Amino acid sequence: MTDINDNNLEMEEDTQKDRYLTFSLGKEYYGIEIRYVTEIIGIQTITEIPELPLYVKGIINLRGKIIPVIDVRLRFKKEPKEYNDRTCVIVIDINNLSIGLIVDSVAEVLTILQQDIVEPPQLNGGLNRYISSIGKVGNDVKLLLDCERLLSEEELVNISEVL
Amino acid sequence: MLEHSTNDALLDMFLFETAQLLEQLEQSILSSEKEGNFSKEAINEIFRIMHTIKGSASMMIFNNIASLAHSMEDLFFFLREEKPLQVNCPALCDIVFQGIDFIKVETEKIKNKDTADGNSELLIEKIQKYLTLIKCNNISCAADRTTVIEQADPKLWPDFSMNSFKAVIHFEEGCEMENIRAFTIVHKLDGVVQECIYIPEDIIDNDGSIEIIKKDGFQIYMKTRKTYQQINEFFLQTLFLKHLDLMELDKASDFHSIIEKKKEEAANQVLSPLRSEVHNRDKDRPESSQHMTSSIQSIISVSVPKLDKLMDLVGEMVIAEAMVIQNPDLNGMELTNFRKAAGQLNKITSEIQDMVMSIRMVPLSISFNKMHRIVRDMCKKLDKEVQLKIIGEETEVDKNIIEHISDPLMHLVRNAIDHGIETGEERQRKGKSKTGTITLEAKNAGSDVVIIVKDDGKGLNREKILKKARDNGLLNKKDDEITDKEAFQLILLPGFSTKESVTEFSGRGVGMDVVLSNMEMIGGSLSVDSVLDQGTTITLKLPLTLAIIDGMNIKVGNSCYTIPTISIKEFFRPKDENIITDPDGNEMIMVRGHCYHMKRLYELYRVDTNTTRLSEGIIIMLEQDEKTVCIFVDELLGQQQVVVKALPEYLQRFKKVRSLAGCTLLGDGSISLILDVDGLLH
Repeated sequence: MTDINDNNLEMEEDTQKDRYLTFSLGKEYYGIEIRYVTEIIGIQTITEIPELPLYVKGIINLRGKIIPVIDVRLRFKKEPKEYNDRTCVIVIDINNLSIGLIVDSVAEVLTILQQDIVEPPQLNGGLNRYISSIGKVGNDVKLLLDCERLLSEEELVNISEVL
Repeated sequence: MLEHSTNDALLDMFLFETAQLLEQLEQSILSSEKEGNFSKEAINEIFRIMHTIKGSASMMIFNNIASLAHSMEDLFFFLREEKPLQVNCPALCDIVFQGIDFIKVETEKIKNKDTADGNSELLIEKIQKYLTLIKCNNISCAADRTTVIEQADPKLWPDFSMNSFKAVIHFEEGCEMENIRAFTIVHKLDGVVQECIYIPEDIIDNDGSIEIIKKDGFQIYMKTRKTYQQINEFFLQTLFLKHLDLMELDKASDFHSIIEKKKEEAANQVLSPLRSEVHNRDKDRPESSQHMTSSIQSIISVSVPKLDKLMDLVGEMVIAEAMVIQNPDLNGMELTNFRKAAGQLNKITSEIQDMVMSIRMVPLSISFNKMHRIVRDMCKKLDKEVQLKIIGEETEVDKNIIEHISDPLMHLVRNAIDHGIETGEERQRKGKSKTGTITLEAKNAGSDVVIIVKDDGKGLNREKILKKARDNGLLNKKDDEITDKEAFQLILLPGFSTKESVTEFSGRGVGMDVVLSNMEMIGGSLSVDSVLDQGTTITLKLPLTLAIIDGMNIKVGNSCYTIPTISIKEFFRPKDENIITDPDGNEMIMVRGHCYHMKRLYELYRVDTNTTRLSEGIIIMLEQDEKTVCIFVDELLGQQQVVVKALPEYLQRFKKVRSLAGCTLLGDGSISLILDVDGLLH
């Protein structure tokens, strides 16, 4: 009985391995490891919360569960963009913390093998803080996000102090 | 059957029962101590409790607990049988309390899934020494008594010829786990009888045996040196015993053959109805503690997480109901029948809600009664005489709240004894009765529960407090500007202790701020009042429940906010001429001759709104802890019971989200933020 379960788990792990959900922000495409992703929903009414950094847009009601949403564009210090019907919220779950990421649009789920992933060039600051590596798919390049760093705490405190 | 779940259920049962028994034990010892001697009933009760704990602990293989309980049982057995004349009551109480504490620590370990590895040997040795002591005393003063002291050691037994008995035990219906209970009996019989055989045999491994025991009773055949009387007494101690048939068999008869026959019969009879009944067993599970005092009626223990879940679900249901009934699709439609049905639904859901809330309500008596023990221990150590008076312990509050007030209460009672109540001589010098009194009172006041801890000790010394505050740089006002109330409130600050010396119990100055932070966590408040040499009164004000509050929904721009109705004093439309602006741009408002701070919510929360002129919006006056503030909002939406949800953990990392107490879902599924009135006041 338990053996079968273990096998199932492994299978599931296997199907999630090397799979990435890609989404676009402006011209760039980004990827998130699929195991973090809970679901993808359209843009919803967001309740704003006062006194928070700008990129934290507020909270949404996801079937009775209250989850915070952050605008990835603003998080990466890009120009804000009006939300439209292509705008999506990717709900991710990191260490049991649910959070919604607002992105321009969701592209597809891709398999990017380990050998196609390279380290990002070493630069000071900038995007590199959130990019763990770069995946090559055909002629395109996908920036693979480090989800945990996206929400890292010291980062949060710093930014909220600045604002 | 799943072995794991059975085991877990057993363990839970064991922990629950033991905790209750210990509680009971503590109470009866405390009352015995007060009377200065152990009544026959008390001794019997203690003996019985120890006996039960021993049985269940050894069943669960917690040997250290079992052996300790065993030695305590020996002690009380002696007391019961011999009725020694000279018993040092306080010493005896101390020993028993040490035993209770030990078992408490061990069960706590078990609860946390640690191994119960405490060593009870020292304690047992102590108990045995004490037992020998009173035995010696007893023998010397009553040497002519010839009763043989019975002990578990069979070598000391008088050599009677063997008696054979047959016992048939019926348990009370619904007592659950008959097989385990039967096993316990067999286990206990071990030291009492020389030989024993029972039907059904496979009580532990086979859950079907439950049905057999239910139907035919649990049959035991035994050979023992004890008399009929003793054996009868032994069985009568069994928990949940409904009926006992005990008969003496012919001494010589070999009961093995009888048993073989009976077994076969029994096996044949019960095979068929067994399966269907096993599943029904869960249906009637009303009682788990009938043997307790009659004041505890049919009680079922449910895990708190399950209740929390149920509570959440009911909350969701209330919201979902509002979503259906207030659905915008229904606007403008003639729906007489729908409205009727909806009204019915509404009635039922609100009843369910009330019911769920009441399930979670627990009387304060448990927390209050724990204080007896604290008072006793401290009085002993500090050599003071204090009497604890408890009023209104039947007042009920939410389980979550109980958890948060046990510690504060303990701190307060400790403080009262240590700092408040004077020593006997000092009291007499002041013309007060030698024994100090601490009153613990609980009562309902609207949607709040008020708990009052009052002592008749020396009271708080205003001058001392102010001096201390000044020394610690906690004060920046002149002495005469500070009201008594403000001065007393200073003792709630962290690191503040007026006591010169640190004792084992208090004086480190950590107590009161812990109390305060605990209270704040559950949305309660605390106030201190004191009269020099007459005593101190500390009043705790707690909400009845945490999860659902009465709220007033308001609107600012497009955002919706909820204010707890308790804090709202009044609302009114302001006139421009009543507004005063100071040079710093702070606005104040005159209301009936009083001047209050005014805050514009849209400025505070940076919300875009068109309603910026005072004459268009509305002012809400909020009051908490006798502080008042006025806030300016666009409009009122109406009053509603809301289910409080915490803000997501992620947002709580931002320290600035202070003026929000949480959020809630409105009927249309949108989110409303709950204002934290306390945050607004600062």
